[in-house]
Amino acid sequence: MNSRTVIRTKNLTKRFGSFVAVNHISFEVSAGEIFGFLGANGAGKTTAMRMLCGLSRPTEGEAEIAGFDVYRQQEKIKKNIGYMSQKFSLYEDLTVYENIRFFGGIYGLRPRALKEKSKALISRLGLENESNKLVRSLPLGWKQKLAFSVAVIHDPGIVFLDEPTGGVDPITRRQFWDLIYEAAGRGITVFVSTHYMDEAEYFNRLSIMVDGEIAALDSPSALKQKYHAASMDEVFFELARRAVRQSDEP
Amino acid sequence: MSEVVFDRIVKTYQRNSIRALDDVSFSADRGSLFGLIGPDGAGKTSIFRILATLTLPDRGQARVSGWDVVKDYSKIRQVVGYMPGRFSLYPDLSVGENLSFFAALFNTTVQANYDLIKDIYRQIEPFKKRRAGALSGGMKQKLALCCALIHRPSILFLDEPTTGVDAVSRKEFWQTLGNLRKQGITILVSTPYMDEAARCENIALIQNGKILSINTPQKIAGEFPETLFAVRSNNMSGLLRDLRGMSGIGSCYTFGEFHHITFRQGIENPQKWLVGELESKHHHEIEFMQVQPTIEDCFIRLMKKDE
Amino acid sequence: MKQVFVFVRKEFYHVFRDRKTLLLLFGLPVMQIVLFGFALSNEIKKADIAICDYAHDATSQKIVQALNAGTVFQTREVLFSHREIESTLRRSDEKLVIVIPAGFSDDLYHQHKAQIGIIADAEDPNLANALIAYAARIIADVQSRVIPPSSLPMQIIPEIRMIYNPELKGATNFVPGVMALVLLLVCVLMTSVSIVREKETGTMEVLLVSPLHPVLFIVAKAIPYFLLSLLNLTVILVLSVFLLDMPVNGSILLLYAESALLIITALALGLVFSNITSSQQTAMLISLLGMLLPTVIFSGFMFPVENMPVPLQVLSNIFPSKWYYIIVKGIMIKGLGFAELWKETMILTGMAMLFLIISFKSFNIRMA
Repeated sequence: MNSRTVIRTKNLTKRFGSFVAVNHISFEVSAGEIFGFLGANGAGKTTAMRMLCGLSRPTEGEAEIAGFDVYRQQEKIKKNIGYMSQKFSLYEDLTVYENIRFFGGIYGLRPRALKEKSKALISRLGLENESNKLVRSLPLGWKQKLAFSVAVIHDPGIVFLDEPTGGVDPITRRQFWDLIYEAAGRGITVFVSTHYMDEAEYFNRLSIMVDGEIAALDSPSALKQKYHAASMDEVFFELARRAVRQSDEP
Repeated sequence: MSEVVFDRIVKTYQRNSIRALDDVSFSADRGSLFGLIGPDGAGKTSIFRILATLTLPDRGQARVSGWDVVKDYSKIRQVVGYMPGRFSLYPDLSVGENLSFFAALFNTTVQANYDLIKDIYRQIEPFKKRRAGALSGGMKQKLALCCALIHRPSILFLDEPTTGVDAVSRKEFWQTLGNLRKQGITILVSTPYMDEAARCENIALIQNGKILSINTPQKIAGEFPETLFAVRSNNMSGLLRDLRGMSGIGSCYTFGEFHHITFRQGIENPQKWLVGELESKHHHEIEFMQVQPTIEDCFIRLMKKDE
Repeated sequence: MKQVFVFVRKEFYHVFRDRKTLLLLFGLPVMQIVLFGFALSNEIKKADIAICDYAHDATSQKIVQALNAGTVFQTREVLFSHREIESTLRRSDEKLVIVIPAGFSDDLYHQHKAQIGIIADAEDPNLANALIAYAARIIADVQSRVIPPSSLPMQIIPEIRMIYNPELKGATNFVPGVMALVLLLVCVLMTSVSIVREKETGTMEVLLVSPLHPVLFIVAKAIPYFLLSLLNLTVILVLSVFLLDMPVNGSILLLYAESALLIITALALGLVFSNITSSQQTAMLISLLGMLLPTVIFSGFMFPVENMPVPLQVLSNIFPSKWYYIIVKGIMIKGLGFAELWKETMILTGMAMLFLIISFKSFNIRMA
């Protein structure tokens, strides 16, 4: 893992009126790192992630994603990141192949490169027989794996995953993590939020947000040592129960 | 006595092309906490909709409180509390307005049953005037539970109440369910989080419309046929690759900070063999121990067997 | 009963907390009235005419004065030779040229027969017809003032519509049409969308798994939109009477009763639509296509049904808006009462009953 910084924030803040959803958060993530972004509902995770993806303008503070500024270069950021969430990822009424072609097309892949990539992607996921089937007909686990592969089809520097494994069966969930490791091995920085506490152990480093602030940020083993906890579950519980506020929506 | 009976139910959708439930049977005792454990798409919601009299089974029989879900649907609707999987409150109504609306719907008042919801409602009462749509995930679930309880049902159907809810709120929610059970309410709850299974008295593991196993969580874990070990080293992803490449390893899955493995038959002193193998592959700080199987271990094994 | 009361109150919360719904509910009628009443009105105002008066006598002067007296015509040009007529019309500035021959008064008083030429630009035949009819009427008026009635040759006013609409005002045609349109659209749209929204948010599941009887559900859903529609009707009536000078010649009570009948029909239709759809967009699309188009086309307020091919004329009978349109025109303009309108009322009642039965029958006590 090299130490080139790909995400850098300094005092990044978002206010909705008098409500401070994200309160002066500062952190750095290196290339190829698998970085966990944890927090209770309402801690400000979603708002922070939106700012990092260039979807929401910060109220104050600095942030640089893949070397681009979140205030002035949102379009460049969007070209250099991948994004996948549990809620929206693929078009259910398009086939596997059509989805790949569509998303590859949006990210400006040339037809020849796109053709090769889709072929490689389909065979890596073992979807040869399903490539002309509607995404709707696939089991959830396959959809999520496909969605992830599509999110990194343009070899972005960073991929943001918002609860990618919610509701997925235990075997597929593990296969999904294989994909994450593989992407990280190719140098892609993976930024993940999850509610599964066992997955918190898989991160290189993770941050835990409480009430709009980063309450802890370190490797899982360092955090467990610091909070004298046997598992990340205990660390999370210890930190998150200190929360006092109830919502991150304005 | 069985309060909920599900007998050989088959349910298909889209002109039989999707088999949501394939010959599913189980029963839950009066006053028990019964968990349906499985991923999305396993068929959990179909089970709840049939029990809540919202859809008809293609085949088989289901009874709630002794009443048939098809013929006696109106009787069942008087006694059950139902919380569907998705957020099912009015987002533009305040917390208080939602609650009193659902109370009136069941011909009762908030005051009359306040004692039942008191412990839960106290946590959201400070936000009584806030619109339900502006609540955080954990708060929404608490309000939805209050609304499902407000008519003092004898049976509670909760479809994935903890999905998308953070770990802290989930813990609190399960404590609440434990308290409700003590008041004699039969609770049927579904969840995709395997670690929550241990909170139930009885569980059914479900996958692809079929029941993989039904029993108490302890007995299901006890039925795991092999000895399970946990192993870790300084290089976890390398370890996973190496373990999968070894012919002596039966199964290997990541489990938090460890990998859980089983050995194939016929390996004597597996610990010595494995540590030797791993050291030769340049793994350091190797830790190895026998562990009790979790529900998730059992689920993975049953899924593999089912395939 | 408390269930229904609480339910109705909840519906009002929904309506008053959603700006889009409010805008639809009260913005739509105001916009329609203004749009149809003013902008799209076929009322003729200040049409330019040219006068070619060879006579220059007392009677011809009176005719020219009378033509200019109203709001319909204004003389733009005075021609001195009929050779100029064609070029004038071709320039399209004037729609009508009135030619009064020399010796007009003499002919009228002595031969009891005088000719007057009205030459119209028939590019827009409807407009030309209307202008000719109007001019002929003004001329007849003048004639009746200058000559004793006994010696009058028979005069025929060709436009039947002018009996009820002597000033050729468009509002009288449009307002009843807009009433039908707005009431149908708003009722069908609001009920179907409000029910389908419950399906989308998942609250419908909870409502079904409750002891609330389906009939009470339907009644509770219908009451708020029934009341809001009556309020809406009042807004439309006030606007049309004070803004568009619309008459209400018949009983206002009867008007409200007949409107209530249409509202019930519309509510029942909305229920039927909501039972067969599961997304708000679909419900909205069906309501718009199913209500807006037939009302505009077949009720007769935009296009005369009598001029349509026979199959379409027959088809027009199945749309409630057609009957309501006839009833409203009858009450407001002709001042008719129930005795004259009972047939249309019965048809509308029949439709309301039919749709109500269908809506109750198609109501699903389970999820589709």
